[in-house]
Amino acid sequence: MRRARVRATVATALAVAVAASGCGGGDSPGGGGSGTSGTVTVFAAASLTESFTRIGDDFEAANPGTTVVFNFGGSSGLATQINEGAPADVFAAAAPRNMATVTDAGNADGTPSVFARNQLVIAVARGNPRGIRGLADLTRPGTAVAVCAEQVPCGAAARTALDAASVDLTPVTLEQDVKGALAKVRLGEVDAALVYRTDAAAADDDVSAVEFPESARAVNDYPIVALADAPNPAGARAFVAYVRSDAGRAVLTGAGFQTP
Amino acid sequence: MTATRDAPPAAPAVRRTPSRRTRIPLPLLLPAALGLLFLVLPLGGLLVRTPWSTLPQRLTEPGALTALRLSLQTATLATGLCLLLGVPLAWLLARVEFPGRRIVRALVTVPLVLPPVVGGVALLLVFGRRGLLGGWLDATFGITLPFTTAGVVLAEAFVAMPFLVIAVEGALRAADPRYEEAAATLGAGRWTTFTRVTLPLVAPGLAAGAVLCWARALGEFGATITFAGNYPGRTQTMPLAVYLALETDLEAAIVLSVVLLAVSVTILAALRDRWISAP
Amino acid sequence: MTAALLDARLVVDRGAFRLDVPLRVAAGEVVALLGPNGAGKTTALRALAGLQPLTDGHVTLAGTDLDRPARGSWVPTERRPVGVVFQDYLLFPHLTALENVAFGPRRRGADRRAARDTAREWLRRVGLAGHEHRRPRQLSGGQAQRVALARALAVAPSLLLLDEPLAALDARTRLETRAELHRHLAAHAGATLLVTHDPLDALALADRLVIVEGGRVVQEGDAESVTARPRTDYVARLVGLNLYRGRADGDRVRVADGLHLTVADRVTGEAYVAFRPAAVVVHPARPDGSARNAWPATVSGVQRHGDYLRVRLDGPIAVAADVTPAAAAQLHLTPGQEVWAAVKAAETHAYPATG
Repeated sequence: MRRARVRATVATALAVAVAASGCGGGDSPGGGGSGTSGTVTVFAAASLTESFTRIGDDFEAANPGTTVVFNFGGSSGLATQINEGAPADVFAAAAPRNMATVTDAGNADGTPSVFARNQLVIAVARGNPRGIRGLADLTRPGTAVAVCAEQVPCGAAARTALDAASVDLTPVTLEQDVKGALAKVRLGEVDAALVYRTDAAAADDDVSAVEFPESARAVNDYPIVALADAPNPAGARAFVAYVRSDAGRAVLTGAGFQTP
Repeated sequence: MTATRDAPPAAPAVRRTPSRRTRIPLPLLLPAALGLLFLVLPLGGLLVRTPWSTLPQRLTEPGALTALRLSLQTATLATGLCLLLGVPLAWLLARVEFPGRRIVRALVTVPLVLPPVVGGVALLLVFGRRGLLGGWLDATFGITLPFTTAGVVLAEAFVAMPFLVIAVEGALRAADPRYEEAAATLGAGRWTTFTRVTLPLVAPGLAAGAVLCWARALGEFGATITFAGNYPGRTQTMPLAVYLALETDLEAAIVLSVVLLAVSVTILAALRDRWISAP
Repeated sequence: MTAALLDARLVVDRGAFRLDVPLRVAAGEVVALLGPNGAGKTTALRALAGLQPLTDGHVTLAGTDLDRPARGSWVPTERRPVGVVFQDYLLFPHLTALENVAFGPRRRGADRRAARDTAREWLRRVGLAGHEHRRPRQLSGGQAQRVALARALAVAPSLLLLDEPLAALDARTRLETRAELHRHLAAHAGATLLVTHDPLDALALADRLVIVEGGRVVQEGDAESVTARPRTDYVARLVGLNLYRGRADGDRVRVADGLHLTVADRVTGEAYVAFRPAAVVVHPARPDGSARNAWPATVSGVQRHGDYLRVRLDGPIAVAADVTPAAAAQLHLTPGQEVWAAVKAAETHAYPATG
């Protein structure tokens, strides 16, 4: 609860700052090649941190005079912030369910589109000392496993995959998000965790990723949309388009996402 | 609930003069009212959004009560642990001159400034499977702390202990050490003096510290999720349940929060009445 | 003074301040340690109680060394057969009167029941039967003082220490309590040391006075000898006397340049001259007649002092004079006024400064 509150505060402060700078930017003459200018505020799922930061840099380079500001966090928390009036331009969620929260409230400008897909892998200590090859190996006695709680997208995906594999797994912890699950692998507190491929890839100094076939049954779709109350509507549309462009897709693929 | 001790009986016939009704100066009243509003309004926000009609059925969901019970148990155990370790520490800081005392005092407050999640990581680095002590504890006694209820207690105690130590140390400093000398002249050794004289003298401060400690432990989130993880019935305390509920269902999260608030406020008010009514 | 129960030489070095006080108190004797604030009285008491370690010297009680740094002997406070009545009593606020008094016996090994019986008996002796279950804050100042006394006596101490036992009381309560305290101190079989800055308390309660100033004993003796022959200004003022030191030559003592006082005693060499303020007569002009000691003075202050007015006079010597309100009115005494002071030789007392 505390973390949520801190996040909300940070988001609000950011949003205020962003709104102020956005107004100033709008007055400045000249824009990029696509005609955008000013500040684009993007609320994006935490799992997009690495890839969106790069896409943001590329977008700014392609559109001189434009600044992209990110607010990364849990998708549901971001959705709440948007519905409570945070001045965001773009929302990129880690699950359709969180996107639905925003569209149902009438806060989306148009229909969200899926721009990336993520799949689960088994994250293990680097080099896979326990020789884990698939989901069934996770039930071996003495194997501590971290899984996301079912309330969050990675947990729902894990449940689907485990059911598909008919594996009855008792994890030691139901983490609140992927990063939490991954951290416990990195610290050596658990032997394995079910996390997204992209998260495992970002942590490849410490962990190895073990692919398993059932993950295909639990693919996670990432939808993106420009927001109805966007302070910078043109910028919002331009950023969404850029994410879905070849350049954006290349970055996402490089991070381990699949792209449609 | 303040940390001050009772007025000493020293001066003869010291009686509290009846409180005169004085006009409250506006520069005090205005910020005071604003401050109260600032603290109470968010609570009001929660209450306004509480789905009262579905409240009973949400409460009877087994997960909610399990988390509540676990929260109350662990917070109470954590407070016990803090009392056991924190009171002697406070005594040491208040009564014993030793080199580096200021540094020790600063170190005690570290958990206050440390983001709780970082505190949880720090606990893992010490008590975790590969931690400084964790491996030894496991190998020697077969004790593993992460992902256990004991781990929750440890995480809560880590974060809450400074509140107790600071409150008790303050009370000890405010208490007149000459009472301890008087006890010594009557034949009481240091330990007897501590238990029979010092502790009763600082009882109000001790109670205040314990209450703060308990409340902080009850609301603990970051260190708990990091060190003890989240598993219903074992390590999923109320704040963890609230945070998870927030992912899917705002109303459920609000209900859980309101329940946590109601229970803790009731308990604190009941305890307070007992303490205050004691002569 | 044979077989002193308490035999001590209290030496405490504390930076600029050094206490060096020899003390001997016999069983059943009450000694008052009298002195101005900062004289070291409380330090001495704390040293005896073991709350302040000695730098040097010794505390020997009934033949046992409680503190003797030179030999490394040290008995901690809680094991000393010493009872203390603190200035502000320090009754434990969380305990009832009975529990306060029972605290000592209990700590010294009595079982709960026996300790409470002892405490009840002591409360009865100090006249507080029926107050057993009051807490300190429910007691009056005088009652609290008696509980404190009972608490200190309940452990049957060989040495009873009292730190300004009456200082916290109002004048009326003080009078009653003093009389009662005297009764209890007289009944106490052990040695008693009383620390006070109030000469009246000291004179009323003690068999012998030890007067300390600046960490040293300046005078010692029974009430009579100290009041009759004060040796310092402080003592003189304590006992309400004007005191001067000078060179004596038969019946004349030179107390200031140009001022010789004629005295009734015959002394030679360094000597003190003392006389009571009431012996000083204030005249509007140079007096004639039998008063041979007369000198011009200036009124520097007039203060009410009981039934009298105390007039402070400057001049060759500073003098306190007590006059009746009627006399004062007649003289129209105001500060700055020029008058003559006179004292009869028969009203003075002179004694050698040495020995």
